[in-house]
Amino acid sequence: MADHELWGAANINRRGLLKCMAWAGTGVLWSVSGGVPRSLGLIGDAVAADPQASGFTFLQISDSHVGFDKPANPNALGTFQEAIAKVNAMPTPPAFIIHTGDITHLSKDKEFDDADQAMKALKQKVYVIPGEHDVADADNGKAYLDRYGKGTKGKGWYSFDYGGAHFIALINVFNFEPGFKSAGLATLGDEQLEWMEKDVKGLSASTPIVVLAHLPLWTIYQDWGWGTEDAQRALGYLQRFGSVTVLNGHIHQIQQKVEGHVSFHTAMSTAFPQPAPGTAPSPGPMKVPAEQLHSVLGIRTVNYVRGKSPLAVIETPLGA
Amino acid sequence: MRYLRITAPLAALGFSAFLGAAIPGALSSGEAGAKAANAAAVRIDNFNFTPPDLVVAPGTTVTWTNADDSPHTVREKDGKFKSAALDTDDTFSQTFTAPGEYEYFCSIHPRMVGKVVVKPAGSSS
Repeated sequence: MADHELWGAANINRRGLLKCMAWAGTGVLWSVSGGVPRSLGLIGDAVAADPQASGFTFLQISDSHVGFDKPANPNALGTFQEAIAKVNAMPTPPAFIIHTGDITHLSKDKEFDDADQAMKALKQKVYVIPGEHDVADADNGKAYLDRYGKGTKGKGWYSFDYGGAHFIALINVFNFEPGFKSAGLATLGDEQLEWMEKDVKGLSASTPIVVLAHLPLWTIYQDWGWGTEDAQRALGYLQRFGSVTVLNGHIHQIQQKVEGHVSFHTAMSTAFPQPAPGTAPSPGPMKVPAEQLHSVLGIRTVNYVRGKSPLAVIETPLGA
Repeated sequence: MRYLRITAPLAALGFSAFLGAAIPGALSSGEAGAKAANAAAVRIDNFNFTPPDLVVAPGTTVTWTNADDSPHTVREKDGKFKSAALDTDDTFSQTFTAPGEYEYFCSIHPRMVGKVVVKPAGSSS
């Protein structure tokens, strides 16, 4: 299988991150052509939000870490609210919002309350999945599931359809394999995988599939646990589909990869950046000068044009 | 599970526990006085538990202190005990009464692992 890495784990790095920082003040338009995402260059917000005939856009927010208050971001709730204000100011409002996890920093009720309050400013429906920071309470995710688990399956997974595309929200932050003998990667688990197999069974192969999961569904950096042990099984169920787009969070930076008809994207955080794989002793928050913070935080819009498989992915740093 | 007594994480205890000082307030039962002297500490820093392997006598209260700028948890692999998310400087205490090996990890960063070995003083195994 073709495995063309645009910014793959092997070569992404400080250079890529700096490139990303240099994007402050612009959005970057990604267009998928022949299965290979390509940057069309730097564009302004107005172009990025150009309405697509008979298609729709949706927007991804990730890793808001409400409650985080340390260098380099003393107010993660504030930058989350900024991101939301930016969404509300878009000339063409996205059809809906997805939040790919780590809504809160410590799974505290107050943090969930603050995040909910902030998201109430959004006019659209918000689809959420948890990050490991949202299920870190002593009751193994009760705080999250009490709030967001209604109407979902198992430990919070679900799917929905919009405009002809099928969205699958997967949870890979429960049942981590502790690193005693394993790689310490995330797992989806049998119950969820069996559900997923059934979920996509009746769909035509031409249905565009969008998969959401907090931790990347490809191994970006094993040493930091940035991957999902049983992701291949999930992707196996999607093999027959012509267009599969995987949207992840967790690593607080943009990494992208294309494997056949599957494209993988990780998102920026709205709270704080994390170092590129292997460039620091640990994946803790990366401290950047205050004036650079907004250039390493951001949101993402995805354009879906009906009748065409490509999804165009647009990154917008908060500083833009 | 009956033999494991979980004490509430109290941030204020972190410093004295780290020094191995007596922390009678951490124990709720009548035997607190006798056990209070048995305290041990594990420091969480730079995504590591230090020391990763800790050997203690039965009745010891182990206190984990998060000295990292990332939150961590302390979770026994089979769920025998688990802390809430510990922010920087938060602590979690656990009293071990039954001999045995308790492997634990951070449920946020599962590559972080540690072990508490509980055995009577002078025991060779």
